[in-house]
Amino acid sequence: MDVQTPQLHFEPGEREPELIHFRAKSRDWASCLFTGLTGLATWLILGMLGVILVNILVNGWTGLSWRFIISNSDQDMFDVNKAGVLPMIVGTAARVILMTLFVIPVGVTTAIYLTEYARTTSLLTRIIRGAVNNLAGVPSIVFGLFGLGFFILFVGGLMDRSVLGGGPEPRWGKPAILWASLTLAVMTLPVVIVATEESLKAIPQGLREASLALGATKLQTILQIVLPQAMPGIMTGGILSVSRAAGEVAPILFTGAAYYMASYPKALTDQFMDLGYHVFILSTQSPNIEQTRPILYATVVVLLLLTFALNFVAILIRTRMRKQMRALH
Amino acid sequence: MNSLMPPLAQGAAAAKPGGSPPQMPSRPMVMETRGLSLYYGRTQALKEISIEIEEKIVTAFIGPSGCGKSTLLRCFNRMNDLIDSVRIDGQVLVGGYDINGPDMDVIELRKRVGMVFQRSNPFPKSIHENIAFALRLQGLRDRSTIDGIVEQSLRGAALWDEVKDRLHTSALGLSGGQQQRLCIARAIAIKPTVILMDEPASALDPIATARVEELILELKKDFTIVIVTHNMQQAARISDRTAFFYLGALVEYDTTQTIFTAPSKKQTEDYVTGRFG
Amino acid sequence: MTHHEQELSELKQRLLNMGSRAELAVAQAIEALTNRDADLARRVREGDTAIDQLELEIDDQAVRLLSHAPLAGDLRLVLVIMRASQNLERVADEACKIANRARDLTDEPPLKAAVDIPHIARMVLDMVKRVLDAFVRGDVDEARSLIPLDKEVDALHKEYSERLVGLMTQDPDTIQRCLHYLTIIKRLERIADHAKNMAEEIVFMCEAQDIRHAAKLGTPPQEPAP
Repeated sequence: MDVQTPQLHFEPGEREPELIHFRAKSRDWASCLFTGLTGLATWLILGMLGVILVNILVNGWTGLSWRFIISNSDQDMFDVNKAGVLPMIVGTAARVILMTLFVIPVGVTTAIYLTEYARTTSLLTRIIRGAVNNLAGVPSIVFGLFGLGFFILFVGGLMDRSVLGGGPEPRWGKPAILWASLTLAVMTLPVVIVATEESLKAIPQGLREASLALGATKLQTILQIVLPQAMPGIMTGGILSVSRAAGEVAPILFTGAAYYMASYPKALTDQFMDLGYHVFILSTQSPNIEQTRPILYATVVVLLLLTFALNFVAILIRTRMRKQMRALH
Repeated sequence: MNSLMPPLAQGAAAAKPGGSPPQMPSRPMVMETRGLSLYYGRTQALKEISIEIEEKIVTAFIGPSGCGKSTLLRCFNRMNDLIDSVRIDGQVLVGGYDINGPDMDVIELRKRVGMVFQRSNPFPKSIHENIAFALRLQGLRDRSTIDGIVEQSLRGAALWDEVKDRLHTSALGLSGGQQQRLCIARAIAIKPTVILMDEPASALDPIATARVEELILELKKDFTIVIVTHNMQQAARISDRTAFFYLGALVEYDTTQTIFTAPSKKQTEDYVTGRFG
Repeated sequence: MTHHEQELSELKQRLLNMGSRAELAVAQAIEALTNRDADLARRVREGDTAIDQLELEIDDQAVRLLSHAPLAGDLRLVLVIMRASQNLERVADEACKIANRARDLTDEPPLKAAVDIPHIARMVLDMVKRVLDAFVRGDVDEARSLIPLDKEVDALHKEYSERLVGLMTQDPDTIQRCLHYLTIIKRLERIADHAKNMAEEIVFMCEAQDIRHAAKLGTPPQEPAP
């Protein structure tokens, strides 16, 4: 077989080195303009965020106090000096945590199925993926109606008619923190699934092959090798879902949020008060909007703080996980 | 699960607490294929390969890229199962058993036929845990037994002296050559009969390569080794038998000396002297 | 041609160059003998230095090629060339020795030839020529056919030696000249040996069969590689 010898001979003088002309010949206007625009966009976003935060703080400053945070609104929720949001804090936190308990296992398991087990070309896989994608685009109010129709009326009704029911009053077939959390779980499922899938895909195939070649079953490989590696990514999914769910009001509107509860939610069947919902109440039900405005904005501040706090805890956990994985070095 | 493989003597499968590590049965084990053809969808990657692998020697598979040598290697421990579109005709026999038969326990097979990959793939765990993981898959629980086998395997892979003081640090902190030797240690820890090596030294520098080759020459006293390599001088250095593949077919299979000093087929001669491929 | 193939080809060329020089040396030494040409004999001796130099160069290049770890046919080629260059160097040395004796004989009165030197010389020269041709063409059959010729040369050598010894005992005056002739035919016999060795090398190079010492070791012939 003949090999073509590459002809790489330059005659002297044929090609001159052009190393001396490094200085730019003209200003690059396009680059400058682009840099300017992106800088402007960044400042715009920061500016808007700043305006919102400042607006909230300025308006809610008078309503915020330590007493506000730790007391309840049994006396008068519309009076600046008597209102308190502790029950709402508890309610929001409780429903978010309960949601996490539902969404993480289901989301992670689905992601594992899609990544590790499903054949990419099968019809079932495509249906599942389509469903997940569509779920992400559904408006939150629709989730609220879904929660009411499916969880409360259908499932709850079924449970009431079965052994679990008790007495003439519906026990399960009514708004409750359980149903609100489940509704939120369904809503944030796509986020967890996608985040988990991404972190699973990021794990090199070589690790799985190494494990299988040693005689591990697929399940052992997933549980002992793949999943531990994917934990930070799963945590990210959790953080994202918490962030979204903490501030959502529409899904809990019909499924469990209450205008007023005398006590904290103790059972799964109890209703709860909620920060976001409370903002809605204050703005629509208040007898004196001027008086109530500080309370309203203060509630928003508390909601933001709670979201940050929940995120912060989750990020702390994730950072510790990452450090542990790196600490083995 | 049904298994046609001879049962492991005295119960690693029974997971006796503090039990001794599994011993391989003493009957000689040979691998062979009979008229093996493999298809990726409609493409035929292996064309009716019939080859016999003798025990406790090093057999090398050589050939240009895409000739099917890695694909054939992966048939012996059914790692091709991981690919959806694969279809197999013909037989692959390990220890006399058709490993693609309905009764074959793939997990047991892979414990008998180990594999070392081209890119070293230690688990992101400590050095000790990498090997202990493999042992626990066998059902071993006793700490001291596990520690003992970890040391034995690391010695067997010529790695013990370098890592004995940092067994509990991450395996990812080792150099490329050390990682590959760790993967070898991990593979030999479960005492397979056969070790399949898919270009184990191709990602390593010459010194690390030399150490892995030296290791292979030691290992063949205890294990049957099949190695895929695109480095012909490597095959000439360490193997006893060599098989030359081209476009999915087995062209020539003979002693290494013959293949590299006086091959029978012109195709082999052309490939070995670098005239093509 | 790749660089590697080019280098192999150059090495082969060098060996052939050395071969023709050695062949020429033998031919000239015999001509110096038959024509009593002291001048030609001197030229043969002078030309030996160049041949020695060639052996060194060929070995050097062969070692370099070996470091490229050639395999199969290429490996056998390099090995054979290394050994052949040794053989050719010795052939040239033998030619020198014949030339020396030829020059010495010019100082003596010519002896009526009791032995037919040109006959054995032609046989040997023919062997050398044919073995070099066989190498160029890779002609295994030609190489094989040369091997039994060595036996014939050996037989001739024995016969001539006995006749020369007979002559010496008869006529002590001829002793000096007969001794020269004995040396000469011994050298010719050695040249034939070297030619036979090279023929065996050619068989190894082409067919990977090592047929050296076959008679003594009684190695059965193997299946030749195509």
